[in-house]
Amino acid sequence: MLEIANLEVVYNEVILVLRGLSIQVPNGQIVALLGSNGAGKTTTARAITGLLDVHEGKTTKGSITWNGAEITEHLPAKIVESGISQVMEGRRIFAELTVDENLSCGAFTNRANMDANYDRVMEIFPRLKERHSAVAGYLSGGEQQMLAIARALMAEPKLLILDEPSLGLAPMLIEQIRDIIVDINKQGVSVLLIEQNAMMALSIADFGYVMESGKIVMDGPAQKLLNDEDVQEFYLGLHGDGGERKSFRDVKHYKRRKRWLS
Amino acid sequence: MINATLQLAQAGSGATFVQTLTKALALGSVYVLIALGFVIIFKATQVLNFAAGALSMAGAMFMTILISDGGFPLLPFDNPLAPAEGETASIAVFFVHVLIALALAAILGLVIERLTIRPMVGQPLFAMAVITLGIEIAIRPFNLDATALEGRRLGVPWGADSWVWGGAVVPKSYIVAMVIASIAGASVLFFFRTKLGVAMRAVAFDQEAAMAQGINVGRVFAIAWAMGTALAALGAIVYGMAPFPPGGSVSQEIHPLLALRVLPVIVLGGLDSVAGAIYGGLIIATAEVFAGQYLSQWNSTLGSGYSTIVPYLVMLFMLLVKPYGLFGTPEIRRV
Repeated sequence: MLEIANLEVVYNEVILVLRGLSIQVPNGQIVALLGSNGAGKTTTARAITGLLDVHEGKTTKGSITWNGAEITEHLPAKIVESGISQVMEGRRIFAELTVDENLSCGAFTNRANMDANYDRVMEIFPRLKERHSAVAGYLSGGEQQMLAIARALMAEPKLLILDEPSLGLAPMLIEQIRDIIVDINKQGVSVLLIEQNAMMALSIADFGYVMESGKIVMDGPAQKLLNDEDVQEFYLGLHGDGGERKSFRDVKHYKRRKRWLS
Repeated sequence: MINATLQLAQAGSGATFVQTLTKALALGSVYVLIALGFVIIFKATQVLNFAAGALSMAGAMFMTILISDGGFPLLPFDNPLAPAEGETASIAVFFVHVLIALALAAILGLVIERLTIRPMVGQPLFAMAVITLGIEIAIRPFNLDATALEGRRLGVPWGADSWVWGGAVVPKSYIVAMVIASIAGASVLFFFRTKLGVAMRAVAFDQEAAMAQGINVGRVFAIAWAMGTALAALGAIVYGMAPFPPGGSVSQEIHPLLALRVLPVIVLGGLDSVAGAIYGGLIIATAEVFAGQYLSQWNSTLGSGYSTIVPYLVMLFMLLVKPYGLFGTPEIRRV
């Protein structure tokens, strides 16, 4: 289980981005982390995988524990070895390398089982098998996202952090990626799904957190969040009244406020 | 200059051409070696290594200390393999010493990376480039002090011997230079297909994403510096073999400027391209040597030594038409 307790992250020693964030990802579950732009979702992912350093970030308070062991501010390589892999926002594949070479980079910490993992990954992504010698930069957006996920899986993680896997993909591809995430989870990998696309995330998640300006403002089982009025209004774009879309002509902004802002 | 073999035979023009070509390829081999050192360091760390000159010369210095003086640098005991006074090294002994010198150069590269480059990770690339300039300035006096004015012998077993093929005189060193550069070039190309080499390319492309894969970026940097320094040292050692201008030794005047002469090569080939270093080295050396040979009747107009500026003319032209080089990546990040 991944457990983040009261995490505070500061960028450049002045910008407080996470203010006492606490979430838990139990083994074998899919947990969704929702939030709007700038809420601190990506920072959370960076804090877990030890990549804050690159962005001049520091954890000033709180702790991250993984299966009982503290991993706060460990080196990225050590965290990957301990079984946490991240699919970074915007895919970040190595565009100049071929698909196979990308996957080989993903297996850097886990050479011993590389062949087995390669076969397993190719089974999940048959599309990549067809294009295994192609240069990654020439893949389509969906294929690149698949490659990014496949690359992370090559390290044989126990926990997969997906940062906005639906970013810039067509609705049909999003569905495909969603099904793949469910498949991966069924193979025993816990998933922390960071998303703006709340509908997609909550439809497959067991549990969900809603984040705003660096803290959790709401949490609960995914089904409960889906039915919550605030989440529907602000994240799903539904507005009571039988789920009809609202005409912006009728909007009176002062009327409805997020209740958690009080 | 001492090298009588460089005086091209007055035989037929065919022989002249063969001699010019082998000389060009041999000089190109030296350029390729040093350029590969540049390129590997730049590819992995994005640092333009201005210390290449001093580091390559230091590598050649290790070689002379080992083989001519019979001592290990900084160690009190003698080198049992070193040839005794008045005898030349056998070929096997010579190459063993080359390998030891390269290992020492690689260690020097590792130390420099650890002490001066690693703490600067994440800082502006310009700052790192200036640091390498500082290293160049700091190491050069050691090189100059260690080299006697007349140069230090490298103990090349075949000296300035040549083969004669149908009227063309081809120094053995030229052929050895080509063989060494071919082996080194092939090894580098092979390296970039291995696990570590692929990781190095990944680090070059996107450092953060590479870290997220669990690649130890610091280790990749260290390996790049070790390899880059060793390759540069190999270039300097090869350049010290007889028919090249230093005449079988490490020279105080000629060696420190060697890396500067490689600058046009990497600009022509592209800073981040292994293929670019290889083609660039051969093209630049060919231009330089052929201009020196075939324009020599205009010596009085052009002035002697005009051939050394030919590489810079090529570089200038290249910068105007294709600033990122023949094989370089167009969107290279700015230093």
